[in-house]
Amino acid sequence: MATITTPNGFNLDTSGQRVVVDPVTRIEGHMRCEVNIDEENIIRNAVSTGTMWRGLEVILKGRDPRDAWAFVQRICGVCTGTHALTSVRAVEDALKIDIPENANSIRNIMQLSLQVHDHLVHFYHLHALDWVNPVNALRADRKATSELQMKVSPRHAKSSPGYFRDIQNRLKKFVESGQLGPFKNGYWTNPAYLLPPEADLMAVTHYLEALDFQKEIMTTRTIFGGKDTHPNWLVGGVPCAINMDGPLAAGAPINMERLNYVSGVIDRTIEFIDNVYIPDIIAIGNIYKGWLYGGGLSSTSLLSYGDIPDRANDYSASNLMMPRGAIINGKLNEIHDVDLRDPEQVQEFVPHSWYKYDDEKRGLHPWDGITEPNYELGPDLIGTKTNIKQIDENAKYSWIKAPRWRGHAMEVGPLARYVIGYMQGHEEIKDQVDSTLRALNVPINALFSTLGRTAARGLEASWAAHKQRYFLDKLIANIKAGDSATANTDKFDPSSWPTEVKGVGFTEAPRGALAHWIKIKDTKIDNYQCVVPTTWNGSPRDNEGNIGAFEASLMNTKVERPEEPVEILRTLHSFDPCLACSTHVMGPDGQELAEVKVR
Amino acid sequence: MGGEAPTALVLGIGNLLWADEGFGVRAVEELHRRYRFDDNVLVMDGGTQGVYLVQHIRDADILVVFDAVDYGLPPGTLKLVQGDEVPKFLGAKKISLHQTGFQEVLAMAEMLGDYPRHLLLIGVQPVELDDYGGSLRPAVKAQIEPSIRHALQFLADHGIQATERDGELSEDDTIASLEMTLGRYEGGRPDAASAYRHGDDRVVSASGWSGPSDFEAEMEALVKHPAERG
Repeated sequence: MATITTPNGFNLDTSGQRVVVDPVTRIEGHMRCEVNIDEENIIRNAVSTGTMWRGLEVILKGRDPRDAWAFVQRICGVCTGTHALTSVRAVEDALKIDIPENANSIRNIMQLSLQVHDHLVHFYHLHALDWVNPVNALRADRKATSELQMKVSPRHAKSSPGYFRDIQNRLKKFVESGQLGPFKNGYWTNPAYLLPPEADLMAVTHYLEALDFQKEIMTTRTIFGGKDTHPNWLVGGVPCAINMDGPLAAGAPINMERLNYVSGVIDRTIEFIDNVYIPDIIAIGNIYKGWLYGGGLSSTSLLSYGDIPDRANDYSASNLMMPRGAIINGKLNEIHDVDLRDPEQVQEFVPHSWYKYDDEKRGLHPWDGITEPNYELGPDLIGTKTNIKQIDENAKYSWIKAPRWRGHAMEVGPLARYVIGYMQGHEEIKDQVDSTLRALNVPINALFSTLGRTAARGLEASWAAHKQRYFLDKLIANIKAGDSATANTDKFDPSSWPTEVKGVGFTEAPRGALAHWIKIKDTKIDNYQCVVPTTWNGSPRDNEGNIGAFEASLMNTKVERPEEPVEILRTLHSFDPCLACSTHVMGPDGQELAEVKVR
Repeated sequence: MGGEAPTALVLGIGNLLWADEGFGVRAVEELHRRYRFDDNVLVMDGGTQGVYLVQHIRDADILVVFDAVDYGLPPGTLKLVQGDEVPKFLGAKKISLHQTGFQEVLAMAEMLGDYPRHLLLIGVQPVELDDYGGSLRPAVKAQIEPSIRHALQFLADHGIQATERDGELSEDDTIASLEMTLGRYEGGRPDAASAYRHGDDRVVSASGWSGPSDFEAEMEALVKHPAERG
C-alpha cells in the first residue's frame, strides 16, 4: 500500500488495522474518529468526522439581526456568552454602531470570566480523567498525599492528611455504591495512566474542589448579564444600567456594592487558578513530559483573530490584549496579519464535507458562504447510510466544512494564541511560558504537543483571571469620572438602517478563533455564517488533501491498547472540542462510554 | 417557626432550537408566567447547561425537572418519575445534547454531598426532534398545562405553595430572553424552502450505541479490588 504525503507534510498510510471511536466522549456534541494503526500500534492515518448536521445559519435567515445573539447562545451549553458577543459585534460592525467604554469593559470582564470558567471546567471535568486515574486514587497513602500537596502548592490551605482521608472515603463510598458517575467511562487498567496514587488522589480532590469553586465564577456574568445561565446581551452595548448609589434589588442597576462583589470573585478566582490549577498542570506535566505526542499543526500552522480590545471600538491588532496573527509553513518568526474581510484569507471548502457548492474546487469566503446539505458517501464506505462501519475519507465524510487561511489548514485555541503571542514578544505570555518551561525543565519544542496545549490553556486561565482586574478597575475609574453610559441606542431602530449591509464579528472563544459573518437586507438577516473553533480544528481534508488539526495531531502517536484508545481521547480532548456548534445537533446520548471497534 | 422552609429548584432543561427538545424550557417559562413563589423557590431555564447547574441543584432540597425524555412511550405521553428513579431515567436514553448528561450533573451534586431530598422528573415523550429551528408539536405543547399541575401538586405535598399572579405576566417578562419567547420564536421562523430543517439520519434514527457487555463486571472487579491492579 502506497503512502500518500499530504501537502502539509503528513504521510498517510491506510494499510494497517482500522480503529473506530464513535462517539468521542466527554465533549459537547457528537464526533467520530477513525485511525489506521501499523503493526507497532502507531497511528498512520486519522479521520475525524463531525456527525451532526449543522443548521444554525439557515435558521437565522429572515430573523431580526438584533435577536441573533439569543439564538446563537442556545447552540450549546458552554460557549453561550462567546457566541452572543460575537453576534452582537457582527451586527454592530455591519451597522457601524460604536459602543460606550463601559460596555467594552463589562463585555471584556464577562468574556474573560467565561475563559477562566471554561478552561477550569474543561481541565478538571472533561480532560483530567485522560491523565488522572480516580480508581488508582483509592490506593493512595493520605500522609504522602498531604506531603505532595504541600510540596506542589504550599499556599493551598487544604492539605491535611485528614482532609485527604475524608475525600478518599467519600470517593470509595461513591465508587462502591456502584454508580461511579462521572468516573464510569474510563479505561482504569490502561498502562497509559502514569500518575502515582497520591497524585491521582490530589487531582481527584481538586476535581471536587473545582466543581465546588466554579459556581463563583458564574456570578460575575449573572451580575452583568442579569440572568443566570443565559445572560442578556444587547446590540449597541450591554443591557445593564449603572447607578453607583442605587438600590440592591434584583433587576436594579449596577451599583458599587455589586462591583465590590465582582472584585471579590476575581480575587478568589485568581487564588484558585494560581494555587490549584497551575500547580496541578506542573505536577501532572512533570510526570507525563516524556509523552510529547499530539503536536499536529501546532509547530507549523496557527491562527488567532485576537480579542479583548483595550479601548472600545478599536479592533486593530495593537489594541487587542489577546494576540492576533497567523503562522504558516512553520515560520514561527513570521507573524502575518489577519483580515476577516479579505475574500482571499478565510475560505471554506467542502469537497470532503456533506455540503454542496457549484464549484467544489473553490473555497467561499463566509460572506458568500452557502450551507446546502448534501449527504452522500464514498464508494469505499463499509456499512450503510444509516449505520456506518468505516468511513470513506476519499469522498465526503463530515458535517464540518474545511476552513482554510490562505489555503492552509490551521490550529486555533489557547496553544495557537500562546505561540503567536510568544513569538510576538507579548510580555505576559512570555513570562508565563518561560517560567513553565523552566519548572518542567523542558525545551520550547515541548509546547508543540498535547501536553503543551493543555498547559497553554491553564496559563491562559491565569492570564484571563488577572486581566479581569484591569477591566474592573478601568470600569470603576470611568464611572467615577462621570461616564455611566452602557449602551448606544442611536441605531437600534431598524428604520435607521441602510437597505443592505454586511459585517463581521470575532472573538477568541475558550477553544479558539470564532467569527460570525452577517449580511442584512431590508432589516432582516439575509445570510449568516459562523466559522467556529472546532470547524478549524476538526476540519476534514480539503481539495488539496491537507489534513486538519485533529487529524494531524493524532498522526504517529503510539496507542498502547487499540481497544482502549486513551491516547486518542487525550489528544482530541486537549483541543476542548465543541461539536455542538461546529456541527449541529442531536443524537441519542445515553451513556458516554465510546464504542470502539477494531477491525 | 418550625425551622427554615425547604428550598426548591424548578428546572427546565433542553434545547429550544430543536422542536420538542424545548419542552422543559417552555414549561418552566409558562409556570413562571402564571405563578409566583416565595424566595425559597427558584424557577430556572437550564437550557443545555451541564456543570454550571450543579450549584443550583446542591442548593435545593426539592428538585423538579421538566425535560423531553425518550421513554419509548407513545409520542406526547407525560411520564412522572420520582426519587432514585430520576437519574436512571435521565440516563436511560437521553436525547438531548447536554454537555454533561444531566444524570452526571446529579452524580456530581451527590459527590459533593448535597443531593436533593425529593426529586421529580416530569418528562414528555417527544413527537418530533428532527426539525431544527422548529417549535413544540401540538401534542407536546398540550402537556405543558398538565405538567405544571403535577409540579404544583408535588411542591404542595412538600409544603411549598405557589400563588397565581394577578393577571398573567406578558411574554416580555419571561424568565427566558424575550428574543426567544414562544410567540416571537414561532412567528419569526423562515419558511422551509430557505431553512433546511432536518438532522443527520445516522444520529437521529440510530438506536444509540451500547458499551462493551463486560464493562460492569470489569468495573466491579476494579472497584472491589483496587489494590490488586498494577
